[in-house]
Amino acid sequence: MDKRERTSFFKYIAQNRATYLLLAPFFTLFFLFTILPVLASMTLSFTYFNMLEFPKWVGWGNYTKLLLEDDLFVLALRNTLIFAFITGPVSYILCLLFAWIINEFQGKLRAFLTLVFYAPSISGQAYLVWNIILSDDRYGYLNGFLLNFGFVQEAVLWMRWEKYILPVLIAVQLWLSLGTGFLAFIAGLQTVDKSLYEAAALDGVKNRWQELWFITLPAMRPQLMFGAVMQITQSFAIADISIQLAGNPSVNYAGSTIVTHLLDYGSGVRFDMGYAAAIATILFIMMVGTNKFVQWMLKRIGR
Amino acid sequence: MDGTVSIKTEEALTAQTSKPRIIKKRFIRRQRKINRSAAGNGLLFLLMAICGVFMALPLVMIINNALKPLDEIFQFPPRILVRNPTLENFSDLFVLMSDSWVPFSRYILNTIIITGCGTVGHVICASMAAYPLAKHKFRGQKVLFSLVVLSMMFSWTVTQIPNYMIITYLGINNTHLALILPASAFGMGLYLMKQFMEQIPDSIIESARLDGAGEFRIFWRIIMPNVKPAWLTLAIFQFQHLWGNTGHLFLRSEELRPLQHAMQFITHGGVQRAGASAAVAFIIAAIPITFFLICQSNILETMTTSGMKD
Repeated sequence: MDKRERTSFFKYIAQNRATYLLLAPFFTLFFLFTILPVLASMTLSFTYFNMLEFPKWVGWGNYTKLLLEDDLFVLALRNTLIFAFITGPVSYILCLLFAWIINEFQGKLRAFLTLVFYAPSISGQAYLVWNIILSDDRYGYLNGFLLNFGFVQEAVLWMRWEKYILPVLIAVQLWLSLGTGFLAFIAGLQTVDKSLYEAAALDGVKNRWQELWFITLPAMRPQLMFGAVMQITQSFAIADISIQLAGNPSVNYAGSTIVTHLLDYGSGVRFDMGYAAAIATILFIMMVGTNKFVQWMLKRIGR
Repeated sequence: MDGTVSIKTEEALTAQTSKPRIIKKRFIRRQRKINRSAAGNGLLFLLMAICGVFMALPLVMIINNALKPLDEIFQFPPRILVRNPTLENFSDLFVLMSDSWVPFSRYILNTIIITGCGTVGHVICASMAAYPLAKHKFRGQKVLFSLVVLSMMFSWTVTQIPNYMIITYLGINNTHLALILPASAFGMGLYLMKQFMEQIPDSIIESARLDGAGEFRIFWRIIMPNVKPAWLTLAIFQFQHLWGNTGHLFLRSEELRPLQHAMQFITHGGVQRAGASAAVAFIIAAIPITFFLICQSNILETMTTSGMKD
């Protein structure tokens, strides 16, 4: 019995050898450099691991500490959720909107516009520009502008006042939002069958908005799903701009997010990799849940 | 596979696709104006112009900084636009480059190896795996695909240590392979390619199969040309990612490290290198932008190939 099953398994592989040959290079590397490390990290989340000694098993210790005792995590969780639920949907719609508008243009102008709008993502740490704009003194561009026109009486400490940190970070993130998803949409719009538009015009589609909803969006549903996943991974994993603009730790942890909290433990400040891995696992579960919900929503487009 | 038959199919295929292609091109140009109002076009253009100014800010600053003489770089309050443009920052940079310990051409070669192999390797590996995931039916299909999507959601910070151990165990630590191999198997690329390949109608693949084309030939001759916008976009992402990598984690030998490392080394020279740093910032941004523009203009050309429908 066992033997027969095994031979049929090999037979199956042999029959579909082209499929498995095509899959092999990627998935071999993927297994080695992604699956194994992720599984190892998840295992590490049940240990105390200071990166010097061998990991020590602590069971659910990290998780109970994280969820029940860590006040900073609760704050980071709150900030991340605010961040994700504002920047996520807004960025996603901005990506789609701008990709779609750019698609209305043609030739060189189109390529140029794509570059301009993708510029914040292409030039590395472009958001450091905001350090100059948001500078604390009156020479910061924003403060200079507000003082000149009398909106404020003294320079605003944008990145030192708790109440401003999160809104400003959200604004900067929105400015940065035209990244991966945006380019995928730009490419996706190219693959929409142009004859669909003619047919739609005959069927009574009257303006570009109807065309967008009934033709373009349903035709590029695969790209929309891709964009959604990228958006989720980016919105929940926000850390760099918070660290660069508000510092880590930021004033009263007003700009702390789950990933800044994770980096605090994981990248050599507190030397507790097990705890960091537990944070990463919780974040992972949150993203997976959100993804399920968003994919369900996207199935309803164009109905 | 029979050689003559497959060559014939290929000819037949190209003949089939290329003929309507030319007709279509003219057709599209005229037809794009369907359902567009002049007022709407004007409004959209205005919106794009206003937003564009904000989005282009970092580019404008990088270009202007690179052209500023030293006194303008340290001017306070800082100005965005340059007053007396000069190229002395670049000549400073070339002097610094010429007396580095490892010859500068070596850094350039390393970058070409890492970025080139990593980008080409990833595009090919990811596309090859994406084709069966999108168009074949086989056991384990769903599991493999969801593994790829899920993997993108795990924070890379914590996987670094296991990753380092695996690379050491494989004996590729301190070689270029330590950067190229993991980069060839990012989940994102496969996901992107798979989503685009799903849109290709089954009928094209089916008819190619009936004409006797093998799976690899279908992949290379039919699938890849049809998803050109996708793999050009993927190449942009991957190029950007690898170009920004300093390789500090795995490359300990100075002569293996890429240009990015050498460039950052120059910018860490303190105040007297501020001019050269501005030039470095320009070069670090300029090369991915050039690559981006090349790829994007090719995406535009493919507009005509999308004559695929059921």
